[in-house]
Amino acid sequence: MDAQNSAAGNQGEVIYRHTGAVRITHWINALVLLVLLMSGLQIFNAHPALYIGSKSDFDAPVFAMRPIMHDNQIYGVTTVLGWDFDTTGVFGLSGDAQNGYEYRGIPSWATLPGYQDLSMGRRWHFFFAWLFLFNGLAYLLWSLGSGHLRRDLAPSGRELKHIGASIWDHLRLRFPKGDDAKRYNVLQKLSYLIVALVLLPLMLATGLAMSPGMDAAFPVLLDIFCGRQTARTIHFISASFIVIFVVVHLVMVLITGVWNNVRSMITGRYVIAPAEEKS
Amino acid sequence: MSRERRLDRRGFLGNGLAAASATLLGGCDPMSEQPWVKRILDSAETLTRVTQRALLSPSDLAREYSEAEISTEFKANGSTDPDDDAYKAHAASGFANWKLQVGGLVGEPLALSLDELRAMPSRTQITRHDCVEGWSCIGKWKGVQLSVLLERARLKPDARYIVFYCADDLGETGTEAGKYYESVGLADAFHDQTLLAYEMNDHTLPIPHGAPIRLRVERQLGYKMAKYVMRVEAVDSLSPIRRGRGGFWEDLGYEWYAGI
Repeated sequence: MDAQNSAAGNQGEVIYRHTGAVRITHWINALVLLVLLMSGLQIFNAHPALYIGSKSDFDAPVFAMRPIMHDNQIYGVTTVLGWDFDTTGVFGLSGDAQNGYEYRGIPSWATLPGYQDLSMGRRWHFFFAWLFLFNGLAYLLWSLGSGHLRRDLAPSGRELKHIGASIWDHLRLRFPKGDDAKRYNVLQKLSYLIVALVLLPLMLATGLAMSPGMDAAFPVLLDIFCGRQTARTIHFISASFIVIFVVVHLVMVLITGVWNNVRSMITGRYVIAPAEEKS
Repeated sequence: MSRERRLDRRGFLGNGLAAASATLLGGCDPMSEQPWVKRILDSAETLTRVTQRALLSPSDLAREYSEAEISTEFKANGSTDPDDDAYKAHAASGFANWKLQVGGLVGEPLALSLDELRAMPSRTQITRHDCVEGWSCIGKWKGVQLSVLLERARLKPDARYIVFYCADDLGETGTEAGKYYESVGLADAFHDQTLLAYEMNDHTLPIPHGAPIRLRVERQLGYKMAKYVMRVEAVDSLSPIRRGRGGFWEDLGYEWYAGI
């Protein structure tokens, strides 16, 4: 597929798709989010249960990963809103009967560090949280100042009206070609906007709402998110949505020409596939 | 050492997981062990502390809750029953002969019985206790404001930190070196909600929660709030104490500033 795309690309027009600011902040963000996710899961493992409200009702978490004993047999159980799922070997209990089990929420390969160490997880998390803040602010200020937000990301009324057609094209894996491929399509625009303006700022705000120091300085954080434990739950849900976005994003990069996409995010240059027909 | 114990646990992982973690994290786990990596990561703690100090005015209070919001089950973490002969003897007699020592850089060292502490002006507050692990519980605390004690002991101007020495040997070393200790700076020491609490939820402070007194520092995480406090000492530097990081958990790698 890669070769096919390159071959097709050779006949296409080369455009300058991503500015330096987008490319640099994109790659910093990719690294920072990976470290924040894995160190965040390390922190989550210290108490792998989520609650609603100001305090933890230990008997009624809305979400939990834990080992339980049943008929002299140990299981890893994931509880979601009262429903129990057997996740032995993955969530709540790592390992297997032959090599031994380890009590942990998220398995070792997904946490930073891999071994259980809350203090190291916190160090990685808070250092990279500052990088995330600086990088995110730089991106947002630049996007506003340069017109990137208005020009490249804000969908027009016409685009929004035809969102149904765009969804239908995506479902059939038909992607814009020719002039239409020179800009983001409406689904791209909306998903990038939701991530950049909703999910990522939400991560920061819910993260700060978990800080007893910030809660004293800005008690409104507790009101916005309905209590510290709800903020922690939203932090986890929002992170999950970002993971889903990244998975879909990577799949789209793969199926729409991996080399062309990756090169455009490194050098800025992107090859437009010629339009088959004008619609 | 605890690090070795943690590494041993990795040996119990399933082959698949171990292989995956070795491949994916091969670069990261050794990095977490490097002193220079720790130093760089630690710089964020300073940035967080300076930023939060700038945003927090001395009069900013942690949120106080209503009676109805008090947790029915308040988790007791860390030590829950100190295995120390002197402590056990005091506990058996209801701490009748126990005295809190206040010393170090003070004009007038104090030794106060529980009755004397109770006779001093008190503050009662219903606050949220945020554990570094992630959970929160709400409890009602009554005690003496640390500022009142420090004023009575006439804190000297060169004092910069207040250190709390505790009865519990959380490090299980069987010596003084394993006992819990904590420290706060003067901003927190003189904060209105910083108490040496002797009552929890309208009852005498129970042993699992730190009898006879525990520290409350409401704008920081739970591990700052030392239980079983025996001695309060004013100092000008934390570096000569134990490993020099200002507390039991701090010496094991946790942040001294636990506002986040």
